[in-house]
Amino acid sequence: MNHISLSITKNIHNWLFSIMPEGAASITEMVLIALVYLAIFAVAGLYLVLLERKVAAWFQLRLGPNRVGFKGLLQTMADALKLVSKELTGTDRADKFLYNLAPYFVIISSLMALAVFPFTKEFQAFDINIGIFFLIAISSIGVIGILLGGWSSNNKFALIGAMRSGVQTISYELSVGLSLLTMVLITGSLQLSEIVEVQKNGWLIVQGHIPAVIAFMIYMIAGTAETNRAPFDMVEAESELGAGFHTEYSGMKFAYFFLAEFINMFIIASIATTIFFGGWLSPFGVTESIPVLGVFWFLGKTLLIVFLMMWFRWTFPRLRIDQLLTLEWKYLLPLNLLNIVLMALIVWLNLTIQF
Amino acid sequence: METTTNNSNFKSEEYFINMGPQHPATHGVLRLLLTIDGEIIKKVEPDLGYIHRSIEKMCERDSYQQIVHLTDRMDYLSSHINNEAVCLTVENALQIEVPDRVKVIRTIIGELTRIASHCLWWGVMGMDVGALTTYFYGFRDREMINDIFEETCGARLTMNYNIPGGLMFDIHPNFVKRVKDFIAHFKTKLPEYDTLLTGNVIFQKRTKGVGILTKEDAISFGASGPVGRASGYSCDVRKHHPYSALDRVTFNEALKTEGDTFARYQVRIQEMWESLSIIEQLIDNIPEGDYKVATNAVIKLPKGEYYQKVETARGELGVYIISTGTKNPYRVKFRSPGFSNLSLLSHIAVGGKIGDLVATMATLDIVVPDIDR
Repeated sequence: MNHISLSITKNIHNWLFSIMPEGAASITEMVLIALVYLAIFAVAGLYLVLLERKVAAWFQLRLGPNRVGFKGLLQTMADALKLVSKELTGTDRADKFLYNLAPYFVIISSLMALAVFPFTKEFQAFDINIGIFFLIAISSIGVIGILLGGWSSNNKFALIGAMRSGVQTISYELSVGLSLLTMVLITGSLQLSEIVEVQKNGWLIVQGHIPAVIAFMIYMIAGTAETNRAPFDMVEAESELGAGFHTEYSGMKFAYFFLAEFINMFIIASIATTIFFGGWLSPFGVTESIPVLGVFWFLGKTLLIVFLMMWFRWTFPRLRIDQLLTLEWKYLLPLNLLNIVLMALIVWLNLTIQF
Repeated sequence: METTTNNSNFKSEEYFINMGPQHPATHGVLRLLLTIDGEIIKKVEPDLGYIHRSIEKMCERDSYQQIVHLTDRMDYLSSHINNEAVCLTVENALQIEVPDRVKVIRTIIGELTRIASHCLWWGVMGMDVGALTTYFYGFRDREMINDIFEETCGARLTMNYNIPGGLMFDIHPNFVKRVKDFIAHFKTKLPEYDTLLTGNVIFQKRTKGVGILTKEDAISFGASGPVGRASGYSCDVRKHHPYSALDRVTFNEALKTEGDTFARYQVRIQEMWESLSIIEQLIDNIPEGDYKVATNAVIKLPKGEYYQKVETARGELGVYIISTGTKNPYRVKFRSPGFSNLSLLSHIAVGGKIGDLVATMATLDIVVPDIDR
């Protein structure tokens, strides 16, 4: 908690500690921060959905949502309202406990991952020294939710989708981890705030030049696969499996899966921003004096990468499951291992570019 | 193609799954009974009959003018060509020679229908392999054709523009200009199709070497249209038994020898170019004259059996009429291309993955009402 030192949060912190005992104040503060993050989560999720629909419309010669609210800005709010008010259906003889549990795994994993990002200087819910490790670990929990959802809904299509998801996420996690590890060789730290600090001498993608660019490309491919989005949307593959693992979910439980997908996309883009593109640092070096501007830079870079991922989705056809695995195990993984060696050499020989 | 181990340590288990009748990839109410082992398809059984309307039986009840309406509802994406098939059969039986103007207009609209159908197919093909944007590009161009149809005959899909003896009305004064506009437009858009989908590495990986149909199999299963031609079986009715104005145009029959999903895809893209060239050859000199010849209000075909085949967007459509000399046919049989083409599916999809099945089915270009009738 002590790390949040934007003036507003500092004032709230001091005020809370002045009116109640220390323990109660800490708990209140935790709840408050959790609420703030929930709000960020909901708003980011809803507006990413809107952005995706708009981007899709631009690609597809359509207008996209433009009726609800100003230029359609409230469209996804209306959708969320519809989903909240919808009846929750389920299948007969489904494993009710697991069936109801599954969405929470998915949503909690993406919520927790959101907490470690430095949105700007010291605006971070908790800055642990194993930041990247934590992110990789937490994002793997989501797949348990998908597997549970597919297994427990008593539907063969959902089961196939879930199994595909398991295979895919476990495989591509390796590439995500290894490509991030490549960059950690430069920073020498897993702590996200530290990683951003290191980049004051130049973004890591510049510092690490060739291996960093390779790592970024591998990361983008694997990251897209991690979020189960096209061209790796084997999990849903609507022309093959209907709706995949969430076929039997409706209402808010479906919305959890749906929102989590978009938040995961945001998380993957945020990691890329933090690790490769200097996080909240501005490219012109004026952020130091006004930390709040960092949020702008962070979101700007993240949304650019999100746009890139949307671009993939609306352009590429879907891979087949065996091609998907071939790509990972036969191409990306060996390349990644070589890339780590290359990066190690570059760091060892001091060939990084520092400004 | 695939090896499944069946030893005692890893016993693979086959299971049954129902694909359809409500499934996005079956393009309507087709039901596929799949037996799969994990992702690998062991057996495909199409189950038909969900949209059977007994059109052939209804034809026995109706007069010959009314039969034309029913054929709209078979392969609704090439409704004009279906109509033409029935009209040609009736005209041949009555030995009516329709004016040249009718022949040319029928051919132009038939080729436009083929392009519209292939546009839709292209969009859906992209969607089936996961590229969602193609759908809207295909529909944009198809929409222009539908607008042309709407202006001329009032309907966009089930046109019913042909009648035995000619056409229902003359073409709209704007027709020639709009068709020319469309050709100019489409010539710039077809290369776009190639950049978006054909050249894509993932798409080629998904389709090359998948669902291979040999020439022998194509012939023995009675494949026709692009499905047969992609296997090297020259089966274009327009080329071998020209009807209407097709004997006065030159065009190449799109032929490929690979027989895989990608070849079927390429054949259809090639056919769109050929159709454009056919229209270009005819559009500038539509002969003047009547748009129909008078027939009796009650058409009675002379006693006998009549057969006429045409090339729809999906392949060879045959119309077989037995007449006993009354105002209704005694028996009507449609040889629909979709039915024979679907029968291949269980042969070529086995051994592939679920994704392959979907891609293969997309290139068979199934229209379920055509199969069930």
